[in-house]
Amino acid sequence: MNDKLYKILLFVATLTMPIVCGGVMYALVTDAYDAFEHFGFFKFLTSSDWNYTDGSEQYGALPFITGTLMTTLLALIFCIPFSLPVALFVGEYFNGTKIAAILSTVTDLLAGIPSIIYGLWGFYTLRPLIMAFDISPQGSGILTASLVLAIMIVPYAASLSAEFIKMVPNDLKEGAYSLGATHAEVIRKIVFPVAGSGIFSSYILAIGRALGETMTVTMLIGNTNNIPDSITSTGNSMASIIANQFGEADDLRLSSLIAIGLALFLITAIINMIGKIMIKRARIA
Amino acid sequence: MESVKPILEFKKTCVSYTKQTMAVKYVSAAIERNTITAIMGPSGCGKSTLLRAVNLMHNLYPNIRVDGEILLNNENILSMEPIDVRRRVGMVFQRPAPFPTMSIYDNVLSGYTLNGIRLSRNQKEETVEHCLQSVALWDEVKDVLNKKGTFLSGGQQQRLCIARALAMKPDVLLMDEPTSALDPIATAHIEELMQDLQKEVTILIVTHNMGQAMRISSKSMFMYLGELVEYGNTKDLFSNPKDERTKAYLTGKMG
Ligand SMILES: Nc1ncnc2c1ncn2[C@@H]1O[C@H](COP(=O)(O)OP(=O)(O)OP(=O)(O)O)[C@@H](O)[C@H]1O
Ligand SMILES: [Mg+2]
Repeated sequence: MNDKLYKILLFVATLTMPIVCGGVMYALVTDAYDAFEHFGFFKFLTSSDWNYTDGSEQYGALPFITGTLMTTLLALIFCIPFSLPVALFVGEYFNGTKIAAILSTVTDLLAGIPSIIYGLWGFYTLRPLIMAFDISPQGSGILTASLVLAIMIVPYAASLSAEFIKMVPNDLKEGAYSLGATHAEVIRKIVFPVAGSGIFSSYILAIGRALGETMTVTMLIGNTNNIPDSITSTGNSMASIIANQFGEADDLRLSSLIAIGLALFLITAIINMIGKIMIKRARIA
Repeated sequence: MESVKPILEFKKTCVSYTKQTMAVKYVSAAIERNTITAIMGPSGCGKSTLLRAVNLMHNLYPNIRVDGEILLNNENILSMEPIDVRRRVGMVFQRPAPFPTMSIYDNVLSGYTLNGIRLSRNQKEETVEHCLQSVALWDEVKDVLNKKGTFLSGGQQQRLCIARALAMKPDVLLMDEPTSALDPIATAHIEELMQDLQKEVTILIVTHNMGQAMRISSKSMFMYLGELVEYGNTKDLFSNPKDERTKAYLTGKMG
């Protein structure tokens, strides 16, 4: 009897998650419906107007999709030259030593810093530097946001890649050494290829984080609503436009923001799913 | 006794993993060219440790100390570059581990690619065919050379790993219980193969299988607690062991 009750409770609790997820989806879709109906699904995603003057209202998501893709891609590019060495350092060169343990603790610590702190650091430290070096006049923009985003995703990419680098069997490495390979050759020709799909999936998951990161980007991207024409210009990402405008928006504009949210939700979900599937595959292999 | 110049000579070779203890203690022995020498002894007596000293595997781990001398063609390998030594002294491990990202073809050539040595297409094909033939694997895999080496059976994988080592044309081949993960048929294959290989290369093989030692080796070493207790012709060592400890081990009263 007790056992049955326990089972029912467990079942109800478990069921809550899919219900919540379905509820979120449902709310997003119904609220976004107006915008898609008014502008057309495809048109909405490819239009670059964002005009909320009464009477000539016109909304399109393209500037923000571009902003998100640019910041994410740049963040990834900036992240790799830092996270890959850290992963190699922790997972291969100093695997099992105290230095590696300290380094991975520090990286994990970085992952735990709230994004508002990164935002403040970016705003008060990095932005003046960007202005001082004359990279952009206003300091904020795609580049600034990407740099800070990159720092934020380094810990994820590094610690996950390090796990996969550690998992490369010693048998294989010793096998390569026994054929006369140097450490560098073992890393290039054995460790990277064998850990490759795992490392790749680590970066996919890091991208998943960068895509949805809101606070830091909102503080640093400059918050303008046109398509950024260079990496130093200002813009808005899908997340930052929502954070910026949801408070004052209603009707069609609110629906458009929610439509952007829905698109972001789907992109992030797909990216994360791909990453998770790849990680699972890499673990099994 | 023969006065052939040894290809490999241990001179008071010692290996220690920790400061306090030695896993191999003052081993001295001369190995003749083109022989098969079996290394026997109870588990933990230092067989693998001694074997791994010969291709400087211990250099990979900074805490391990190797002392004394090991001469390869009269040159002390302990003061040579590990890479040069390892190209001349091949190794086959207990568990077959072909490189999983490489095809069978590339596995055979992996010693060259790993070292950045370029071969012409002809050289590559010759090397692959010759090496796979000498491990009696060619007929089984010649139509699937582009498949991953990990698709093969355990015995085939081990033969692939031997081919991989042979491709570098080593002077000495170290084998650490190469057949312990294999079934009797695959084991027989590899034993037969070693008999043939003897013409090209000097083999040191660690084995727990006394039958195997008797079948394939001309010389045998018996180790106990890190020491080389007895070393001589396999026939003599089995029929007439000089040391009590060897006798006890061979009659199954130890280990
Ligand atoms: N990496 C290591 N660190 C510390 N001690 C080790 C290490 N490897 C081996 N030893 C110790 O050195 C001694 C010899 O080990 P070794 O592996 O050479 O034995 P073995 O004769 O090959 O045994 P087996 O027949 O079980 O393979 C053992 O006492 C073992 O505990
Ligand atoms: Mg051993």
